[in-house]
Amino acid sequence: MTTYLIRRVAGTIPLLLGISTLIFFVVHLAPGDPTSLYWSEDTDPEVLRLMQHNFGFDRPLPEQYFRWLAGSFRGEFGYSFGHHRPVKDVIRETLPNTLILSAAAMVLIFTIGIAAGIVSAVRQHSFIDHAVTLLSFFFYSMPGFWFGLMMLLIFSYHLHWFPASHMTSLPFRYDQFSFWEKGVDRARHLALPALTLGLGAMAAVSRYTRTSMLEVIRMDYIRTARAKGLSEREVIVRHAFRNALLPVITLFGLYLPFLFGGAVLVETIFAWPGMGRVAVNAIFQRDYPLIMAVTFLSAALVVAGNLIADVAYSWIDPRIRRGEGREP
Amino acid sequence: MSRATVNFAHSRLAAAGGIAILLLVLASLFAPLLTPHDPDRQHLDGGIYLPPSVDHPLGTDKFGRDIFSRILYGGRVSLAIGFFAAAMSVTLGTLAGATAGYFRGVGEGVIMRVVDVLLAFPRLILLLALVALFHPSLVLLVVVLGLTGWMGTARIVRGEVLSLREREFILAGRALGFRAPRILFRHILPNVLGPVIVAATLSIGNTILIEASLSFLGLGVQPPMASWGSMINDGKEALTHAWWIATFPGLAVLVTVSCFNLVGDGMRDAFDPRFEP
Repeated sequence: MTTYLIRRVAGTIPLLLGISTLIFFVVHLAPGDPTSLYWSEDTDPEVLRLMQHNFGFDRPLPEQYFRWLAGSFRGEFGYSFGHHRPVKDVIRETLPNTLILSAAAMVLIFTIGIAAGIVSAVRQHSFIDHAVTLLSFFFYSMPGFWFGLMMLLIFSYHLHWFPASHMTSLPFRYDQFSFWEKGVDRARHLALPALTLGLGAMAAVSRYTRTSMLEVIRMDYIRTARAKGLSEREVIVRHAFRNALLPVITLFGLYLPFLFGGAVLVETIFAWPGMGRVAVNAIFQRDYPLIMAVTFLSAALVVAGNLIADVAYSWIDPRIRRGEGREP
Repeated sequence: MSRATVNFAHSRLAAAGGIAILLLVLASLFAPLLTPHDPDRQHLDGGIYLPPSVDHPLGTDKFGRDIFSRILYGGRVSLAIGFFAAAMSVTLGTLAGATAGYFRGVGEGVIMRVVDVLLAFPRLILLLALVALFHPSLVLLVVVLGLTGWMGTARIVRGEVLSLREREFILAGRALGFRAPRILFRHILPNVLGPVIVAATLSIGNTILIEASLSFLGLGVQPPMASWGSMINDGKEALTHAWWIATFPGLAVLVTVSCFNLVGDGMRDAFDPRFEP
């Protein structure tokens, strides 16, 4: 296990290097540098030159590259021109909110997705199987942001079941709440965004679980378990479910990029103060240091998520560590 | 249901999806004949925010433009971007995957590491960063969508080629002294065409979704040109008092992407003999 762990962790280092290199060179493909944002007819060229000097944009490209590389691994991403403060501070404020949203979506994806997939497989070709299949098919093909708008329209505007935006009620009310009321308030604000974010992946997980479960149910050891006289419930829960779940774990890593990408849209719709919304604003303001930081962080988080999923998988299934069986 | 019935039901669904795609393409091609109104014609006096009616089957937007007409014309944009970007990414992916799988060696290492790096990025965030650097245009959109979507195909094709290159008929080709391009294009690629066509079909649907997301954020297709995503963006502001503006373009995306997924899934089942739904 230890060697596998070391090998796997070591493998992420070139990946992270590649990620930060790609970001740096893509951003420097663009003409000009961030200070061109401040350019106008009557800007003193000397001022621009000084700014370029202060931020190091007049240095040779390789030097800038190594500065960015060293900085990105230390968590220093330079100065945000849009927020007028260090990128680090902007990230520290917004990243946790995005992680809360993604974690909530992840929980929905795997609980509802797996449950729907299992029911669908156990009752193959039943009405409920067809219903789940049809629904997952539509959810998978649906633009998530549009679904979010429809949720807003129905459940927030017409039915008033859920609030339409932000993470909590306004401070003057929220501060009056007791501990439990605060929890409920937060959960109510989280519900629609998390559902919107998770919907597509939830549909995919349910399909995947169903396929995996159907495969396992056909195995000899399931027949043996049934032949032993175990109840159907025991066969499904104790024997089939555990083995069917294995490949589903790898999906955790697979769906992370979609979650972070989707968070951009969901945070825009629900005014969720996270990194995705910051990213969109940074694009409109051409705030390059912030764009680079958000891009790097989202990719690095994906790498970390994949690492966790792989390690978890190999921990549960020893065949992977020994290099047998299917690769995750 | 027996396996045959299920397969038949699947292929019927896939055929229905195919026909629906054909109708969608025809409808957007012949949009001028089918639409009662000019999609960009504004009716600011009394024509704005009209709910669906006989004259405007899907209502009008804040400039009094007819939603139905704009959906058909927007379909041209969304479908064209989907087709061209998917064609580009699938071609790129096939070439990269075939090169990596057939020649192996350093080239394979480099290509597959690039694939790993690009797959680590959330595609939407990578696209945002790319679009932000340049002035948005249709060509730019197609190019960046093509450049960010080829990795999946590359992996699939590489896997197929890795196993094909050890087969007897490829060895025979090599023994006969065929050059690598001839073996690749005449003997290997025809054999990976199945998975490539499936990937291409699914990729069109996916690209339409991503394009809609970009346009929804205001970073894709620029006004006054209509695309489904930018129409949903227009409708976002008026959601509470004019629900039809955002709702119908979203349904258009849903129906279109569903059709491409139906056809793609159907073809995958057809190509995979082990498959049982």
